[in-house]
Amino acid sequence: MSIAPSPEVSTWGAFVATLRRDLLVAFKRRNDLLNPIMFFLIVVTLFPLGVSPDPLELTRISAGVVWVSALLASMLSLDNLYRADYEDGSLEQLLLSPQPLFFLVLAKNIAHWLISGLPVVVLSPLLAYMLYLPEEAYWTLVLTLLIGTPVLSLFGSIGVALTVGLGSRGLILAVIVLPLTMPVLIIGAKAVTDVMFGLPVGSHFALLGAMLAVALSIAPLASAAALRISVN
Amino acid sequence: MQVLGSNGSGKTTLLRIICGLNDSYEGDILWRGIPVTAQRETFLAALLYIGHRVGVNRILTPRENLRWSASLHTPVDDLRIEAALARVGLKAFEDVPCRNLSAGQNQRVSLARLLISPATLWILDEPFTTLDVYGVRELELLLAEHIAGGGSALVTTHHRLNVPCAVERLNLDGVEQPL
Repeated sequence: MSIAPSPEVSTWGAFVATLRRDLLVAFKRRNDLLNPIMFFLIVVTLFPLGVSPDPLELTRISAGVVWVSALLASMLSLDNLYRADYEDGSLEQLLLSPQPLFFLVLAKNIAHWLISGLPVVVLSPLLAYMLYLPEEAYWTLVLTLLIGTPVLSLFGSIGVALTVGLGSRGLILAVIVLPLTMPVLIIGAKAVTDVMFGLPVGSHFALLGAMLAVALSIAPLASAAALRISVN
Repeated sequence: MQVLGSNGSGKTTLLRIICGLNDSYEGDILWRGIPVTAQRETFLAALLYIGHRVGVNRILTPRENLRWSASLHTPVDDLRIEAALARVGLKAFEDVPCRNLSAGQNQRVSLARLLISPATLWILDEPFTTLDVYGVRELELLLAEHIAGGGSALVTTHHRLNVPCAVERLNLDGVEQPL
């Protein structure tokens, strides 16, 4: 028998191992990896076709379009978060780990963000360019998405954790998750629009940052509790 | 201890309650004389549970699965993992995705967890179902070694356990059936 390392060390170890495992699973399933990004690209490119190719018109809606697409792309990939683990029994193993579930759930949420949120952040300037977003708003768009998309993953995780045990979930996931994520969408899109009009956006960033702080500290706890209920 | 009972008599439910996966019970669960609710982490550190759903990700390889399982409890190095996989008859399958393995082989991946874990209490739900005769023999050997090493095991099975130690039997039907 090996000597057990100190608890802090192995909690960190379990956190890193869970993060690595989820990233590994995602990279082995290329479809799951590409789906949210492709969805994001397709939705954004449809707007000029459906609304109007007029640059003025597109400029006006560009911030909202990118933000709504980011929200939908994040929701689309949420189901992968716990579904497979629930079905193959890995979730039970996760719940029975002596390590705090808070950090294991946080690791899974971070993996989800790295897979679905980060690519959206990286691609957003390209799409902003397609939608004639004014140059001065680029950084605001990227920064709001950078702060906002992790909140989408963290709050989304609560909804998936609650519904993972249900056979047919349908719209219930959206009904649970959307009210939680709506404020992020409103403030994120508003910040970008305000920059275009030359208005100050410090307060928007403060609010988004506060949301991220709340989500980071509370959402994994709620997800962990919800997972215990779902497995029960 | 072997838990017996007809289908639907609550064998799996009992095991899940003991693990803490199911909280719809009355009474106390004690581990070494102390309620598990008062020492959740100590109890979980001593526990290894393998359920119906074996907890093996089908996209990952046996090696990756075990590495993650171990890290949730006590991390082990790759040599231990390879040795454990060889012991359960999965040598040369270490890096094959689990979806390409048979049900019995996936069960063996989960059983390899027993070899890399320092847990003293094994809770196994129907561990023999998909194993072939050699696998059954091997698992009985593992159980015997575990008991001889001072560990304990709680197993549900209809199979007649052939282990060189005393087996307590708990029959959930209340009636003693001939084995």
